[in-house]
Amino acid sequence: MGSYRARRTMVGHYLGHCYSMNTYAIRLSDVTLSYDRHPAVHHLSGVFSPGSLTAIVGPNGAGKTTLLKALIGEGGQVEGTIDYGLLTSDDFGYLPQATRIERQFPLTVADVVILGAWRRLGPFRGVTSEIAEQAETALSAVGLSGFERRRVGTLSDGQMQRVLFARLLLQNTRVVLLDEPFTTIDDATTRDLLSIVRHWHHGGRTVIAVLHDFDQVRAHFPETLLISRRAIAWGNTADVMTEDNLRRARNHSEAWNDGAAVCIESEVIA
Amino acid sequence: MSLYAAAVQPFFEYGFMRRALVASLSLGLSAGPVGVVLMLRRMSLVGDAMSHAVLPGAAIGFLVSGGLSLFAMGIGGMIAGLTVALLSGAVSRATVLKEDASFATFYLASLALGVLIVSLRGSNINLLHVLFGTILSVDRDAIVMVGCITSFTLITLALIYRPLVAECFDPAFLRSVKGRGALYHLIFLLLLVINLIAGFQTLGTLMAVGMMILPAAIAQLWGRTLFTMAALAAIVAILSGYLGLLLSYYLELASGPTIILVASILYVISLLAAPSGLLMRRFNRSHLSG
Repeated sequence: MGSYRARRTMVGHYLGHCYSMNTYAIRLSDVTLSYDRHPAVHHLSGVFSPGSLTAIVGPNGAGKTTLLKALIGEGGQVEGTIDYGLLTSDDFGYLPQATRIERQFPLTVADVVILGAWRRLGPFRGVTSEIAEQAETALSAVGLSGFERRRVGTLSDGQMQRVLFARLLLQNTRVVLLDEPFTTIDDATTRDLLSIVRHWHHGGRTVIAVLHDFDQVRAHFPETLLISRRAIAWGNTADVMTEDNLRRARNHSEAWNDGAAVCIESEVIA
Repeated sequence: MSLYAAAVQPFFEYGFMRRALVASLSLGLSAGPVGVVLMLRRMSLVGDAMSHAVLPGAAIGFLVSGGLSLFAMGIGGMIAGLTVALLSGAVSRATVLKEDASFATFYLASLALGVLIVSLRGSNINLLHVLFGTILSVDRDAIVMVGCITSFTLITLALIYRPLVAECFDPAFLRSVKGRGALYHLIFLLLLVINLIAGFQTLGTLMAVGMMILPAAIAQLWGRTLFTMAALAAIVAILSGYLGLLLSYYLELASGPTIILVASILYVISLLAAPSGLLMRRFNRSHLSG
């Protein structure tokens, strides 16, 4: 613990000069994630380097959501280690799948966006005019100026997703995790929100998104992690998204659906 | 007798009617908003289960104090209610049962136990009083206790408003910012239990939850924002309490069921007349297609 703190201050000292130092990287070494004691993701090793923009791609049930949740310290058991370097839980912004949200709740758009300031406001502090202004700016950045007083129940799927992106803008975290952000969203909204993702990338944030649209991944995401219960490939998108790899991912997941609950790879090793 | 006289005379004439009125007004003020949150959290059935779950505790309090003492029954009910809430939460986390299923099993057991305990020692009249309430028993201490519960509830709701709302709206987000949603859920369950207890005497243990659910349903039909819904629910609860007491006085009916039936009638009227109710929807549709 003491050495950790020492390392923290030492590295913190150099931070201003040297952003490329891998202190804000997320390193996975031999990570196996289990859900109800069934392994969902196997023996995953690799690095999300700081400022990287990574798509996580894979068949249904490949463990993509499980992996995102594990990164924010939620969900099942984790074997192996996830090294966060200097990142703390406060550095993570997380957008869950849209279906998990109670859309009919009588809240206004502004209420939802201001939730993004949770770390500054906590459960009790009042909303300052500064934060209200930031919320307005965030809303105009996602193309929803003037929507502050609208109730979220009246929004379309695309508008709701814009609101949630505005909340992420207000959260202003080093790492942004997006779980299927563009599923069921219209093209215009997807375009606008992708430009926000690009903006985050240029601003040096680490962005990790679970995606389904391969063309989108190839066009906008420099790095890709292709998983199907285990990593099929991880690296430059062009190298990862080959026909061969994608076929392997599909086959692997089909083989898996036959009901195997044990960890095959560890059996092989044993 | 003029309508005005009919509307106020019983309360001028009888102390027990005055006390019952004050208890009902105070109860409505906090039960309404609690009901709105309960409904928005999709916990209406949990509230129902809870009202049964408090019964054995209340029954033991009833036996120990030898009568309808709100204080003794309240303490017992609170212990029983919180025990069931915690146990069913623990069961749903540890097993495949969902929280509502484990609530249902616990409350059925509690209800059976509670009825047995009361019938062991008390007469049938006593059992009816515990289950359905009697305004005759509202004394000074009871009013003070209901008032305290109302004040505590409203202040606490105001304090935990933001995390409570965030936890219903988007629990995954609150978890991701380490917002301790489970803590606020527990505080809300506590508010639920104490408000059920506040309704024991005028409404009875079985009907107490009606003072939350019906006004909340009505408020949801009329209101658009959370604040207006909570305010409307409080007004509806107070109105039902007043009209119900008056009717139960003139028609010599049990107060609890009468109050809840008045709320039910208001609910039916709202179903027909409210902006998001049946009539208006029909009208709007024909307007659009025409």
